[in-house]
Amino acid sequence: MNETKLWKSLEEKAAITAGGAPKADSHDRFNPFSNDFLSRREFLEWSGGMAAVLGAAGCTRQPNEKMIPYTKAPERVIPGKPLFYASAMSLGGGSLGLLVESHMGRPTKIEGNPEHPTSMGATDPFAQASVMGMYDPDRSKVLIQNGQVTFWGNFSTQIAALMAMHRAKKGQGLRILTENVISPSLGAAIGELLKTMPEAAWHQYEPINRDNEIDGLKQAFGKSVTPWYDLKAAKVLVSFDSDLFGDLSGVRYSRDFAEGRAIATGKKDLNRFYALESQPTVTGSIADHRMPARVGDIESMAAALAQKLGLGVSGKPELNPEQRKWVDAIAEDVQANKGQSLFIAGRWQSPAVHSIAHALNASLGNTGKTVRYLPTIEIRADKNSDSIKSLVSAMGSDQVETLVILGGNPVFDAPADLGFVNALEKVKTRIHSGLYLDETGSKCQWHIPEAHYLESWSDLRAHNGVSTIVQPTIAPLYGGKTHLEVIAAIAGKGDKSSYDLVREYWKSQLGGDFETNWRKAVQDGVVEKSAGGGESVAVQGAANWKWTPNTGELDIQFRPDASVWDGRFANNGWLQETPRPLTKLTWDNAAVMSPNTATKYGLKNEMLVDLQVGEDKVRVPVWIQPGHCADAVTLHLGYGRRMAGRIGNQVGVDVYPLRPSTATWLRPGATIKATGSTYALACTQSHQNMEGREIVRHATLATFLGNPTFAQHHEHLPKNVQGLDVGTAGGEYAPKAEADYQWGMVVNLGSCTGCNACVVACQAENNIPIVGKTEVTRGREMNWLRIDRYYEGDGENPVAHHQPVACVHCETAPCEVVCPVGATVHDNEGLNNMVYNRCVGTKYCSNNCPYKVRHFNFFEYSDMTTPQLKLGRNPDVTVRSRGVMEKCTYCVQRISAARIEAKSENRKIRDGEVKTACQTACPTQSIVFGDISDPNSQVSKLKEASLNYSLLGELNTKPRTTYLAKVSNPNPKLEAKQPEQGAHHE
Amino acid sequence: MSDHSRLEAVIAPGYTLTSVTDKIGDIVTKDPIRKGWVGGLFLGFIGLQLFLMTVLMLFEFGVGIWGINIPVGWGFDIINFVWWIGIGHAGTLISAILLLFRQDWRTSINRFAEAMTLFAVACAATFPLLHMGRPEVGFYWVAPIPNVMGMWPQFRSPLMWDVFAISTYGTVSLLFWIVGLIPDFATLRDHADKAWKRNIFGVFAMGWRGSAIHWGRYETIYLILAGLATPLVLSVHTIVSFDFAVAQVPGWHTTVFPPYFVAGAIYSGFAMVLTLMIPLRKFYKLEDFITMRHLNTMAKVMLTTGLIVAYGYLIEGFMGWYSGSVYERYMLLNRFIGPYAPYYYALLACNVLIPQCLWFRSCRRNIPLLFVMSLVINTGMWLERFIIIVTSLHRDFLPSSWGMYYPTIFDWSMFIGTMGLFFSLLFIFVRILPVISIFEMRVLLSEEAHKKSGGSHA
Repeated sequence: MNETKLWKSLEEKAAITAGGAPKADSHDRFNPFSNDFLSRREFLEWSGGMAAVLGAAGCTRQPNEKMIPYTKAPERVIPGKPLFYASAMSLGGGSLGLLVESHMGRPTKIEGNPEHPTSMGATDPFAQASVMGMYDPDRSKVLIQNGQVTFWGNFSTQIAALMAMHRAKKGQGLRILTENVISPSLGAAIGELLKTMPEAAWHQYEPINRDNEIDGLKQAFGKSVTPWYDLKAAKVLVSFDSDLFGDLSGVRYSRDFAEGRAIATGKKDLNRFYALESQPTVTGSIADHRMPARVGDIESMAAALAQKLGLGVSGKPELNPEQRKWVDAIAEDVQANKGQSLFIAGRWQSPAVHSIAHALNASLGNTGKTVRYLPTIEIRADKNSDSIKSLVSAMGSDQVETLVILGGNPVFDAPADLGFVNALEKVKTRIHSGLYLDETGSKCQWHIPEAHYLESWSDLRAHNGVSTIVQPTIAPLYGGKTHLEVIAAIAGKGDKSSYDLVREYWKSQLGGDFETNWRKAVQDGVVEKSAGGGESVAVQGAANWKWTPNTGELDIQFRPDASVWDGRFANNGWLQETPRPLTKLTWDNAAVMSPNTATKYGLKNEMLVDLQVGEDKVRVPVWIQPGHCADAVTLHLGYGRRMAGRIGNQVGVDVYPLRPSTATWLRPGATIKATGSTYALACTQSHQNMEGREIVRHATLATFLGNPTFAQHHEHLPKNVQGLDVGTAGGEYAPKAEADYQWGMVVNLGSCTGCNACVVACQAENNIPIVGKTEVTRGREMNWLRIDRYYEGDGENPVAHHQPVACVHCETAPCEVVCPVGATVHDNEGLNNMVYNRCVGTKYCSNNCPYKVRHFNFFEYSDMTTPQLKLGRNPDVTVRSRGVMEKCTYCVQRISAARIEAKSENRKIRDGEVKTACQTACPTQSIVFGDISDPNSQVSKLKEASLNYSLLGELNTKPRTTYLAKVSNPNPKLEAKQPEQGAHHE
Repeated sequence: MSDHSRLEAVIAPGYTLTSVTDKIGDIVTKDPIRKGWVGGLFLGFIGLQLFLMTVLMLFEFGVGIWGINIPVGWGFDIINFVWWIGIGHAGTLISAILLLFRQDWRTSINRFAEAMTLFAVACAATFPLLHMGRPEVGFYWVAPIPNVMGMWPQFRSPLMWDVFAISTYGTVSLLFWIVGLIPDFATLRDHADKAWKRNIFGVFAMGWRGSAIHWGRYETIYLILAGLATPLVLSVHTIVSFDFAVAQVPGWHTTVFPPYFVAGAIYSGFAMVLTLMIPLRKFYKLEDFITMRHLNTMAKVMLTTGLIVAYGYLIEGFMGWYSGSVYERYMLLNRFIGPYAPYYYALLACNVLIPQCLWFRSCRRNIPLLFVMSLVINTGMWLERFIIIVTSLHRDFLPSSWGMYYPTIFDWSMFIGTMGLFFSLLFIFVRILPVISIFEMRVLLSEEAHKKSGGSHA
C-alpha cells in the first residue's frame, strides 16, 4: 500500500531513537524496573509496522541472481530442507570460508567450509554470530542525505555530478577510506578508479591492524609478505605474546595445533608449546608452559633468545633468573628440533620482536617448513596508522573535498590524538557506507546502508591467498549496497549490481570456460589455483633492530575484544552475552589486571578507577585476572559505543580516547586511582577453584605414559553395584533391543581452547535467547553450552582448564524422576528429552541436576515480536516461551533430519552423519558425537581410550557425554607448573 | 485434688454453663466492633492487597520478578511454603492426636489452632501453584485427570506426592473443623440477637437439635476424622521433606529429614499458636479459659520438639562429615563459613540455644517472654528452611555453576502478603465464629465440677 511513507516514518523514528540520549540500560530488555521499559514498548509499535512491510514483500527473499548451493543442488527449494551455500566472511583483513545454511531463502546458521583453508569446516564465534548481525533490526535501513531519507537513484546522479568535477581535477580532493581490503574485485575497482583519477588517494584504517607485523617483516626481510604458519609440522612452538588461536586464522591454527596432540587416538610424540603472554588468552591457556610477562620483558626475552641462538641482535637484555631459565630451556628445545620449531610474535608486540621471530625461524631452518611467506593478501598492505595520519593531515589542511568512507567507524576508533572528527568536519562532502548509522555515519552528509556479507556478492582472500566468491543467501533485507556497488557508482559505471561486477572481475581472472569455472568456484567456496606462491626471503640487518625493555610503572595494553572485536559487533547480543573466554565477563569491558597489581594499588573487583596517561583519562571498573602480567592493565577495545544500536549503546567503557597513534597497543606511564565508587560487572562464573574435586582431570605426558588409565581411577564406587560402569561403550550402554542407535558424545579437554565457537553455534542452532546484563548478574544466562574455566596453582600464573559443559544426557538422569508432570523424559536412544509443551516450570529438575546445565525462562526472554528476528530462527527448533525449562538436546533436530534421510534411503544413519552444532563449530574437533552402540564409530573408539572419564561419575548418573582427560607435554627442564593429579593418586 | 493441680486448672473456677456460653458466644454475637480489631483487620487487608499485587506482577512478568536463578531454583517461594505448612501442623495435632490421647487441656485451644492450621495451609497452598513458571497449565497437569492425550502426572516425583498430601490434609482439616463447629453453630443460632444471624448460623448448624442421636453420631464422626487426621499430621511434613530428601543435592539427600521435618513443623506450629493466643486471650479477656496450664504445656511441647530438631541438626552435621563425600563435607563447611553463615548461626541461636530457657518453669510462666520466644522460634524455623534450600543449592557439585541468591522486593512482598492473607482470615474468623469450642468447654466444666465433687478418677 503506502510503503514509502511507512518506511519514511520508520526511519524518522529510528533517527530519533538513534539521536536521542541513549538509555543506561538499553540492552536490558526484560527488566520491568528499567527506564527503558516504555521505550521498548514504543519500539514494538513500530516494529509492527515493519511486519506489515515484510509481509507484503513475501516470505522468501531469495536474490534474483543465480546462487549455487554447496553440495546438493535440487531443482527448487524443498520446504523444510535447508540448503548450504559456500561463502566467506571477512574481519580485520582476514577471511573465513563458510557454508551458510538457508531455510527457504533465509540464512539461519553458519557452518565452516571444509574445503576452505582457513576454516577446515570449523568457525569462530564472530562467524557464528553473523546471522544475528544480518537480521539486526537496528541496522540502517535507508539512504540518508543530510538527515533526510533519499534513494539510491538520487545518490548516483548527485555523485556522478560530483565525480565529474573531481575527474576534471584528475581526482584532486577525492579520498577513499576503507578497512583493510582483501577483496580482489573491490581492490581492482578502487585501483581502476585511482587510475582514472591519479590525484585521488586511497586510505585504509582499522584500529586492530597488522602495522607491527608489517614493519617487522619489512625490517627482517626488506619486503612486504604475509607469513603462513604450518602448525602441523611444528614440534616446538614459541609464542611471543601471540593470541594465535583467538586471533584471525585462529580456526585453522588451532585445528593444526590440536592435530599435534591427538593423544586419544594414539599419538605419543606431542608437540610442545611455550607461551609468553602479557595477558591471558585462549592461546596461553592451552600451552604447556605459560609465563605472564610485561610486553617489555617479552621483548627482552626475545632479544636474549636471539642472542643465544646466534642472531646479531644488539643490546643487553636484563632477565630475572626465571626468565633466564626459560630462555635456556627454549633455546635447547628448539635447537634439538631444527626445522620443526616455530616462533610466532603477537600483533601487539613491537616490530623488533616480529623481526626476531622471523629471523629465528629462518636461522633454525623453519622457513619453508613450519612457516611460509606469501605475497601480502591485502590488495595493498598499508600501515594503517600512517594511512589514517596522512588522511587526517590532508583533511586538516583542506585538501579533501570529498571523502568516501566504506565501512569502519573512524569517528569512534581513530587514534585519539589525530583529531579525526574535527578534521572530518572540514571536508565538504562526506559519504559513509556502513551496516549501521553509527558514530561515523551520523557525521556524514550521505549515509548508504551497507549490504551484509550474507546479502552480498563479493570475493575475499584467505590467509594463504586462496580466494572465495562470497554469494548472498538473501536479498538485502534493508536495501543495502555493497562497497563494490558504491565504488562503481563513484567510478561512473552506473547502477551495476555487485553480481555483475564480481563476475566481470573473475572473467578476467578465471581462464578456460568461464561459466563452468565460475559455477565451480561459487559452489565450492574456493577458487582453484588462486593460492599465492611462496616468496623467498632473507634476513637482513639484525644488529639494527631496536627492542625496548619496560619503561614506567604501569602499562596500559589495548587488546581486541573476544566478543566485539574493535567495536563492530557491539550491537550483536549473542556476542555481548557470550562470556569472554578467560574473564567470563559479559556485557562489559574492564581494567583487567593481575592479583598482585590490584593489591599493590589497593583495588578490588568492580571498583571504578581512573586510568590516566598525561591528559587522557578513562574511568573503568577493575577486574582481577589471574595469569595477567604484573604492572599492566589490559583494556579491551570496542565498548562504550554511543550509536551502535539498542543492544550495544553505552555497554562498557570507550577506551579509544586513551589510545593515540603513538601507542597503538601499549601505553606506558599510566597512573591508576580509585574513585571510591563501584560498578557491577556481569560474570558468569564466580568460582574458579575446583575445590579438590576431580572435575577436570589432567596429567603430564610422562605421567600418562607411566599410568595410561590415570583418569579412570578416580571414582571409588562400590564394586557390587550393578551397572556402575562409567562411560565405556559396552556395559550399560549396550544397544537396547528397541533402538537402532545410542547417542553419546566425547569432549576432549586436551585440545579445547575455550574459544567460544561452540557456545555461539549452539545459540544460533537452538534459538537460544539473550537475557541482558542484569539477568546475567542474577545468574540467569541461557547458553545451553557453557565453558567452565578453572584455575589451578599460583594465582599470578595459574594453569587454566576449559571444560565445555552442556546436558550430559545421564542414563539415570536425576532430573527425570523429580518432574511432577513428566516434561523431561528419556528416550530409547539415550536422549534426555525436554518437552517444552508439557513443562510447568517447577525448576525442580534444575535443582536436582548436579551439572546445573538446565536453563529457565524466568521472563519471556525470546523476542516474539520483532519480525526480522523471527526470520533468522532455526525453523526446526521450538522458540521457548516464559516459564519453561530448557537445555541441550544433542541437537535432536539434526538427528531427526539424518534419520529421515537414512530411512528414505533404507539404511542406517552413518557414523559422522549427525554432527551437533557445537561439534561442527569446534576448530580443534574436541567434540565428537555419534552412536555409541556402534563399536566402530568415532565416538565409541574415543570412549575406549584410557583418558575417557565421566564427570561426576561417582553419582552414578552414567552421563552419555564423557570427557577425555587433558594431557600436557611440559619440558622436564622447566619446573612443571601443572599440579599433577595423576601422579599423587594411589 | 492437690494444690498443684488447682494451679494447673484448664478453666478458672466460678463458671457456670451459661456464663461459659455467654463469655465465648458474646464475642461473636454481642461484642461491639472494636477499634483494635478494625485496625488489625485493616493491616491484614493491606497485606492481602500486597499479596494480590504481587500475584498480579507474577502473572504479568513471570517468576523472574523473584530472586531465584540457576543454581538456586527455589527461593522464598518454597521456603514460605514449607514454613506455612509447618505452622499448619499444630492445629490438627492439637485437635486430633491430643483428642485421641484424651488431653483435656486441648479443649480451649483446639478450635483456634485448627482455624490457624487451615489459614496457614491456605497460605502454603498458594506457593505450589505460584512458584510454577506456567501456573496456567500446571494447576491441573499435576492432578491425575484422565485425558485424551493419555498423559498422567509423573508419580515418582515428590512434588506430585506433595499435591496429594496437601490437598488431603487441607480437606480433612477443613472437615474436622466444620464438624467440630456444628454444635456451636446451633448454640449461636439460638443465641443470636438478629434474625439474619440466626438464619445464617441455622444453615450451618444443619438442623442440630442436640438430641442424643445427634450427639452419638457427632462423637463417632469426630473420632473417625481424628483417626484419619492423625497419620496426616505425620505424613504431610514427611512428604514435604521428601521434596528435598529424594533429591540428590548435598544438604537435601538425608534420611533424617522426615522425622526432623515433622518435629520442626510441630515446633513452629506451637510457636505460632502461642504467638496468636497470647494477644488474643488478653484482648478478649479469655485468660480464664486459656490458662497458664495451657501456656506451660505448650512450652513443654516446644521444648521437646525443639530438642528433636536440634538432634536433626546434629545428625545432619555428623552424617555430612561421616559420609566422607567431598560434596557433603563442603556443604557442611559452607554452612559454617560460607556467605550465608550468619543465617546459620542465627538459626542455631533461634531454634537451639534460646529455647533452652524453657527448661525453667519461671520462663514458661513468663508470658511476655513466652511471646518473644514464640517469635524467635518462628523466625528460627523460617531460617531453617532458608538454610536448607538456599545454602544447599547455591553451591553444589560443580564449582563453576555456583551462585548466590538475593531476594527481591517481590520475594518480600509475597512473604508479607501471605501474612496479610493469614491475618485477614484470622481477624474475620475471631469475629464470626467462636474462637473456643463452647460445647466442649461446657463438657469440660461439668467434668471439672464432677472431679471437684468427689473426684472419681484421681
